[in-house]
Amino acid sequence: MATHNLNINISGRLTRHFFTPLLFIWAAPTRAGTRTRTRVLPIRCYLRRASNFSRRFSVVPSAASASGSPEWNIDERFDVIVVGGGHAGCEAALASARLGAKTLLLTLNIDKIAWQPCNPAVGGPAKSQLVHEVDALGGEIGKVADMCYLQKRVLNTSRGPAVWALRAQTDKREYAMRMKNIVESTANLCIREAMVTDILLGKNDNVEGVCTFFGMNFYAPSVVLTTGTFMSGKIWVGRTSMPAGRAGESASHGLTENLQRLGFETDRLKTGTPSRVDLRTVDFSGLEPQHGDEEVSWFSFDPDFHIEREQMCCYLTRTTKRTHQLIKDNLHETPTYGGWVEAKGPRYCPAIEDKIVRFQDKESHQIFLEPEGRNVPELYVQGFSTGLPERLQLPLLRTLPGLENCSMLRPAYAVEYDYLPAHQCYRSLMTKKVEGLFFSGQINGTTGYEEAAAQGIISGINAARHSDGKSLIVLERESSYVGTLIDDLVTKDLREPYRMLTSRSEHRLLLRSDNADSRLTPLGRELGLIDDRRWKVYQDKLARVSEEKRRLKTVRISGGDLAADVTRLSGQPVKDSSTLESLLKKPHIQYEILDKHGFGNGLLSRAEKQCVEIDIKYEGFIVRQQSQLQQMVHQQHRPLPPDLDYYAMTTLSLESREKLSKVRPQTIGQASRVGGVSPADITALLIILEANRRKAQEQMRHQVLASVRADSNQQSEGPLTETISS
Amino acid sequence: MALLPSLRSVITHQLHHRPPPPPPLLSIASFLFHKPKLRRTTCKNLSFSFSSSSKPITLNPLATPKDNTLVFKKDERLVADNGESEEKAGTFSTIAAIVTSIGGPPGAVGIVRLSGPMAVDIVGRVFKPVKKKKKKSSGSGSWRPTSHVVEYGVVLDRHGNVVDEVLAVPMLAPRSYTREDVVELQCHGSEVCLRRVLRACLEAGATFAQPGEFTLRAFLNGRLDLSQAENVEKLISAKSVAAADAALAGIQGGFSSLVTSVRAKCIELLTEIEARLDFDDEMPPLNLNLVMDKIHAMSQDVENALETANYDKLLQSGLQIAIVGRPNVGKSSLLNAWSKSERAIVTEIAGTTRDVIEASVTVCGVPVTLLDTAGIRKTDDIVEKIGVERSEAVALGADVIIMTVSAVDGWTSEDSELLNRIQSNKKSTESSTPMILVINKIDCAPSASNEWNKVGNSFNEHVFTCAVTGQGIQDLETAIMEIVGLHQIPAGGRRWAVNQRQCEQLMRTKEALVRLKSSIEEELPLDFWTIDLRDAALALGQISGEDISEEVLSNIFGKFCIGK
Repeated sequence: MATHNLNINISGRLTRHFFTPLLFIWAAPTRAGTRTRTRVLPIRCYLRRASNFSRRFSVVPSAASASGSPEWNIDERFDVIVVGGGHAGCEAALASARLGAKTLLLTLNIDKIAWQPCNPAVGGPAKSQLVHEVDALGGEIGKVADMCYLQKRVLNTSRGPAVWALRAQTDKREYAMRMKNIVESTANLCIREAMVTDILLGKNDNVEGVCTFFGMNFYAPSVVLTTGTFMSGKIWVGRTSMPAGRAGESASHGLTENLQRLGFETDRLKTGTPSRVDLRTVDFSGLEPQHGDEEVSWFSFDPDFHIEREQMCCYLTRTTKRTHQLIKDNLHETPTYGGWVEAKGPRYCPAIEDKIVRFQDKESHQIFLEPEGRNVPELYVQGFSTGLPERLQLPLLRTLPGLENCSMLRPAYAVEYDYLPAHQCYRSLMTKKVEGLFFSGQINGTTGYEEAAAQGIISGINAARHSDGKSLIVLERESSYVGTLIDDLVTKDLREPYRMLTSRSEHRLLLRSDNADSRLTPLGRELGLIDDRRWKVYQDKLARVSEEKRRLKTVRISGGDLAADVTRLSGQPVKDSSTLESLLKKPHIQYEILDKHGFGNGLLSRAEKQCVEIDIKYEGFIVRQQSQLQQMVHQQHRPLPPDLDYYAMTTLSLESREKLSKVRPQTIGQASRVGGVSPADITALLIILEANRRKAQEQMRHQVLASVRADSNQQSEGPLTETISS
Repeated sequence: MALLPSLRSVITHQLHHRPPPPPPLLSIASFLFHKPKLRRTTCKNLSFSFSSSSKPITLNPLATPKDNTLVFKKDERLVADNGESEEKAGTFSTIAAIVTSIGGPPGAVGIVRLSGPMAVDIVGRVFKPVKKKKKKSSGSGSWRPTSHVVEYGVVLDRHGNVVDEVLAVPMLAPRSYTREDVVELQCHGSEVCLRRVLRACLEAGATFAQPGEFTLRAFLNGRLDLSQAENVEKLISAKSVAAADAALAGIQGGFSSLVTSVRAKCIELLTEIEARLDFDDEMPPLNLNLVMDKIHAMSQDVENALETANYDKLLQSGLQIAIVGRPNVGKSSLLNAWSKSERAIVTEIAGTTRDVIEASVTVCGVPVTLLDTAGIRKTDDIVEKIGVERSEAVALGADVIIMTVSAVDGWTSEDSELLNRIQSNKKSTESSTPMILVINKIDCAPSASNEWNKVGNSFNEHVFTCAVTGQGIQDLETAIMEIVGLHQIPAGGRRWAVNQRQCEQLMRTKEALVRLKSSIEEELPLDFWTIDLRDAALALGQISGEDISEEVLSNIFGKFCIGK
């Protein structure tokens, strides 16, 4: 381990202060030279990815782009370049810029920064935890969602606090606009429209910058790719397809092939979005309304962003017999059953035809109608994505109660895109092949704005740290949903879009929304993303909660209205001189009861009272889980040397030798989660590690002694430097 | 110490004369500073002084572990309240096993050993020192032994009955074989005593040790030297044991079918509950009463199994010997002759025995279960086919395999084929079960012992018998004892180990279900139920460490119509 520490420091310093300027001077012209290779003229039909000639754009080989003589070059050097302005890209760029790195955000279309192309909603089970965690680290998604919500509801309220989930319907346009304003007004952050087509490599397989379609080179020691659905994206409506990243926006071409050329494995995924209808043509009178919560909850831990707004209503409708019949009659017209799209879609987000085919016995499926904004008439038809051709989509919508006379504004479509299986990344989200290159968001095979934002902030932090020569950070699985998400991505060989679910975390009870700040804000502070004001807000809250818990432990009551009320609600007797704490531990007793009888603490906010209540009510469970986790952590966080030759380990099963070589886990715990690796393999691995350690120790001691002996005899140190460096 | 000045000169030398590659410096540094903490800081300082003055060094990106800052912070809110949470957690769980040989003639003393961070706590729960009764009348179970001081006392089971009187030898870390806290309980040598003491320890929270696990820990904790390391690798046959256990459990019943079905029920319940947690608004509400009924039924099953299982009877089964061979070589006759019974039906027709038939004998005081199997051959008869499959599974799980051939037919090609099959099975599970060749029907053929020496290489021993007259059975018993004596079957017969493991699984499950029931009684919300259900499912796993999340998720997606 010691030797590696050394390497990092050297490489970091050099890339920042030494390497980059040097390389820039003589590397730039060379690169420009290679850019002049001819490209193939437009081909209208889309050929399979296999051929490298399928580019439909033309570049006229011009002398201008080739002769980038230094004196004409405006300084296009940055510390970090973020490619893509979606939810991953924004968080990455913001985190990086806020950490002081000179950051460039390259996007295909500045007007579409932070666009929500699917459901304009943030949060939901497990996803809300991600949003809270990103916010606790100093990210943006939670604040923006808090500012432009149309409706907010806490789901799962009848369950325990670990699965409470805040979900916000957001105003699509306002969301994008606010995020764009934030990105535009952040210091150290430049924005530019560009289509990145290639990665510039340095001598040591390190990234040096990117190259755009129109022949620009931008230089930085760290590059974050957040390509979303744009990389060789192709959208489908029925049997008809066109190259596009999403409806109305061109795809990004060329980057996939160039990444493949660098040795990256790519694959294809599919996702879809339902049609939008004009809400003025919908008859809501017979539909079940779904109102927002009366008392609104917040994603952000920063009270400055807690501004209440008027809420809008969602509605519920259902599929009918006619819906099912129409789909059954036209199954051959859908991509899955017609068999012309083979890319895998997510299981948790099936098209309506999949639901109807797979669950024949279900007579009806719920459909949610959700507004997309305060000033637009569009209505999102949740649960109704389909691969049917456009001519059938309106008839299909009109089979739904309330939508009998609706008009459709946008058709449902599916999108197919390239992603890079994330086992090619470390848990810092830096790629294993190219130093300084980071991947985030759908390029890693996830779906969802929240998943993207979570990866974005981590890659942004690490990209900035890398450019500054600092060590990279990895959130352990046990620390957060963010850590769990990334650990799953890089460890498991995932072949369908990955969505966060609470059941993916083994430590759900400890990774709650209410404690996201006390888990991660200290880290955010340490990294430099939490400013003094926010830090004080956090510390004050922590102090108040702690003080209140102390108070509840000491204040005792005997009899009285409170005791009577508690007895009635919990069905349990209240002993004389009970502490308030012991009352809170009883079933069905919430902090509000204390408030009601004047035993509460008016200084506390609702969220703070909730913290107090959770800590007290579930103390036994939390403490037990915590100690289980600590026990595990000791074993699981043992690091694995990165250069292990798994193929040489004959005591491992063949399958695990293969899988471990591919994934190259960083810790024992990660190794044990790789598919196909059995506990016996882990034992064998531990034995080999220990044996190697001792062998190395022996060897080292032996050689040092020998050389010292040689050195004291005759002043030659030659053999020493040669032999040990192995 | 005399070396130090010269070493220092090496360092200064190198720094002044030319910028050498980093590793040698480091190795010297680490040699100088034995404590790892010191080592790290030294390296950093060195590297800084270094990088400012040197040319770029080619780095292999694969070998640069950029990700060296792993972040796992504790929840500050928890830390603020509880102060530092206790650091009792070691690297490993606490394991227990009988470490003296069993299966041979009973010795005067046998030892149950526990190792791990909780060893003292666990012994404290089962062991009551006899002297100083009045001094520690509180009986809170906080046993605080002095390392390497023997204490006399009794072991109690969970009902408080005395199991055995024992000497407890505490050896606290690091002054022990495994460098963990070790407690050895010296009991009376009888197998039943030893196993009851072990069971008490397992009930108090220890885990049943895998074969060779004590030695493994000793090695991993830096105890054994490197030359012994190679032996450790051989010692760890966890893989083969697990495979054989699974094969054996499949045919032997025991608790295995119960374990499997309870696990399936746990997963099913988890699926139901988890689906509601992640897809709240899309699912029909859960019928809580139904769930509760299922949980109650499940825990009743487990409890009954543990109560009624005649544990002591189970304890007394020792070695397991499988008799295999092609059809009609006299396997069943051998079993009958050996067990002096008519346990197996014997006819002239090949393929008479179709299922596994058991008979018990005692060899030199060791209880032995003989398993007569269907003759192994290719067959289209469905019943016989299943019999053949079972034969192979039995052979895989047995402690000794007896392969029977007929002296009348000599060594045939079918015999070779069969032998190959057994050996490749053994190879795939990496087991090294000893094999004995029995040449039967010796009365019907002239003994040409030379012929058998050739094939004898594959076997540990070969014996001539006549199942009809009982001739040669004595020789066979001697051969077995010799082999068993050589091979030292770890922790008793394998069959016992299988059942012991299942028993432990059920015990853990019971505990989890008890906790689950109390969660329900305390009216804790649904998601708290999953914590203990998960624990139960994990305890029941055939192979520990399996990924329950994925299994539950694919069940959810398979079973429910979910997603928007």
